[in-house]
Amino acid sequence: MSVMVARSIPTDALPAVPRRAWLARQDPLAVLFGALVLNVPVVLSLDPVTAGVVLAASLVALPFSAVSGRRLLLFTLALVLGGLVAVWGTALVAPDSGPVLLNFIGLTVTPGSLYSGALVGLRSLAVAVPAVVLLGSVDATRLADALAVRLRLPERFVLGALGALRLGGLLTEEWRVLAGARRARGIGGGGSFSLVFALLVQAIRRGTRLAVTMDAKGFGAPGRSWARPVRTGAADVALLLGCVLVAGLAVAAALAAGTWSLVW
Amino acid sequence: MSAVRVDSLPDAAGSRPADASPAAGPRGAASDAVEAGGAAAKGVTSGGASIRLAGFGVTPAGREQPVLAGLDVSVEPGEIVLLAGPSGAGKSTLLQALAGLLQPDEEPAAEDAAAHGVRLLGELSISGPAGRVPGTGLVQQDPETQVVLSRIGDDVAFGAENLGVEPEQIWLRVRAALASVGLGDFPLNHPTAALSGGQKQRLAIAGLLAMRPGLWLLDEPTANLDPDGARELRSVVLRTAREAGATVVLVEHRLDLWVDPEDGTPGVDRLLVLGTRDDGRDEQQGGGPAGVIADGVPARLLGDDEVVASLTAAGVWVPGVRPRLADRPFAPGSTGAPLLTALGLGASRQALPRRRAARRRVTPAVTGVDRTRTEGEAVCLLGRNGAGKTALALTLAGLARAAAGRVRAEELLRAGARWDEPERFSARELVTRIGMVFQDPEHQFVTRSVREELAFSPRRAGVEADVVQARVSGLLQRLHLEQVADANPYTLSGGQQRRLSVGTALAAQPRLLVLDEPTFGQDAITWADLVTLLREQVRAGTAIVAVTHDEAFAQALDARRVLVQDGRAQEVAA
Repeated sequence: MSVMVARSIPTDALPAVPRRAWLARQDPLAVLFGALVLNVPVVLSLDPVTAGVVLAASLVALPFSAVSGRRLLLFTLALVLGGLVAVWGTALVAPDSGPVLLNFIGLTVTPGSLYSGALVGLRSLAVAVPAVVLLGSVDATRLADALAVRLRLPERFVLGALGALRLGGLLTEEWRVLAGARRARGIGGGGSFSLVFALLVQAIRRGTRLAVTMDAKGFGAPGRSWARPVRTGAADVALLLGCVLVAGLAVAAALAAGTWSLVW
Repeated sequence: MSAVRVDSLPDAAGSRPADASPAAGPRGAASDAVEAGGAAAKGVTSGGASIRLAGFGVTPAGREQPVLAGLDVSVEPGEIVLLAGPSGAGKSTLLQALAGLLQPDEEPAAEDAAAHGVRLLGELSISGPAGRVPGTGLVQQDPETQVVLSRIGDDVAFGAENLGVEPEQIWLRVRAALASVGLGDFPLNHPTAALSGGQKQRLAIAGLLAMRPGLWLLDEPTANLDPDGARELRSVVLRTAREAGATVVLVEHRLDLWVDPEDGTPGVDRLLVLGTRDDGRDEQQGGGPAGVIADGVPARLLGDDEVVASLTAAGVWVPGVRPRLADRPFAPGSTGAPLLTALGLGASRQALPRRRAARRRVTPAVTGVDRTRTEGEAVCLLGRNGAGKTALALTLAGLARAAAGRVRAEELLRAGARWDEPERFSARELVTRIGMVFQDPEHQFVTRSVREELAFSPRRAGVEADVVQARVSGLLQRLHLEQVADANPYTLSGGQQRRLSVGTALAAQPRLLVLDEPTFGQDAITWADLVTLLREQVRAGTAIVAVTHDEAFAQALDARRVLVQDGRAQEVAA
């Protein structure tokens, strides 16, 4: 039996995204695979040129992403802080070359080790930023549709995860209520183990009720139809090709500059 | 001997497993009708299912006694049936059975009675008009778990998708359904998270409409809604079900809402009351189901004094009949001694920073509350859902930080605590001074037995062991929980859980008791128990602040009424 998938959808049923967010309107799978392709050269090689090209390309793509500048800034802020720790750690332990800049209980920092550190930091940014820019544009519901329809992943699994995702957002609220409820019973302090356990119990009970709701809505019966189109168009192919191109460019530039170095 | 039969499987569903539950729905009925947009906008024409129960009963997994037995009932297509009765009569179980959610084990483990799965006795059959499997739709209490997806259009479409309805048809149905339940003004991508509880329940009804089931099953759909939200949902259900010709089985405690709607529309067609043997308070030991104790047209049943008497005795809320309270007349034990003062208080639903200066950026839900609460005084906070009543109650109870101004515990309440603000009390100091009972009792359970639960707070507060013992046995008796003293709190019925959660607060003997919607979802018997218990407290000098929509509750406690509205709290006349 062929799967019934919508050919069109009312425009007001589409996720609300900024007009500029071209990426958010593409096939979620194309975006997902594009992000994976961009990661390949960065993972393969530890060098500034590869990472630099990929990072620059993803920053160019940022205006077409649904991720707001503020969110990316917040995210990268955390990332840069984390990156700095990586830079510092690598700078301490990497092989020394050049004059010693700092000596700290036997661990030394030299221009060579500092360079290695900066490289690791740049690389982690080059892995993370494309992922944020691209995947941040993907709507979870549409991705679930695409995974089930295109990749034939089990719909019980995919849509179940989607439902659970929504409940997950309620957990912070639930945490506050539970903390208050327990204070009222004479249990002080916030993040105790038993509070986590209580939260888990509530989450499971909620999840069970959601499962009943989904069952009652006929979920899991064979022959489901799909009300949202799952479509791959020329733009999606272009997007994917673009990502392949950037990845290839990054490798070529690194080879030309002589910096390409496989990690293993 | 057990048989769940679904009559006349259509060809389209032939590939389905033979034990397909009615909930799995009507592929045939759903997808073959291709109608013009006009017909879709008018609503649904699926027709209603009929139900036949013959000697039907259910024994839950691991139990020896059935919670439902010997039921002989039939329901005609298009009938709207209100199923009432005390907790423990098996209403929810019947609904689950009708929804096809109770699937017996293939091969029952006959040897070990304690380990068996759910058992269905007798016969249950549901059949649709014109030989079609009608399908069922279910709406439950908790609005939060009735929603599956994050945009309203997708959520309404979800059920229809599962039934394999043509995608183009789905969107016509979605729009028509949303318009029918009064959510048509929102774009289809409106986030479900932005809906109120009442709107979420109406969204669930829209999901039903889009599935076009012949049988609607509604399990206390208004239990978590404020009176306005409940009335709106009631009207939507009655109107859309009649338009669709659907058969409806509805569980509710409050008959007045459904039997005689004040908007003049006809109420439910039929009242079916299940009873329990004994007084129905204890479904764990003895008691047990007594089957149908009343069945008929509501107006006729409610005109019969004998029937009304038996309904009242079964804990059903009969319109115009208030539960009898043992201790009338009632006089509050107000002494006028101040306990708690709010000074320019503001309350917010958001989490607030510890530093006061940093709280200024928050816009409080309620501001400018100046009031003193005194001993032996009851106050009810009234107002719509979302008005900030709960936020205000939590702030008064020292469980949330004040968004503006402050709460001052007066000397009598402070009783030697280090600070005079409840929000700065330690948890141990708080528990003997202010008790807070949350809307969902399960949030507050921290032990594995009812007895332990009652002993917990006084023990935390350092009360001597034999005193704790005495208090616990006293409370068990007064709360009618002696028989379930060793049961896990999570396994109690809703009414029992509510009494227990009030009991856990009382065990530490606080001077001020703050309650959030204490009477939600209570049948008339548990309601009367609760009110009697709270009256004893008020007479003994405990002050009560209750967030409530329940006018009868406010009257019974002779409470002052504070209306929370548009960010203000104002005292209003009764």
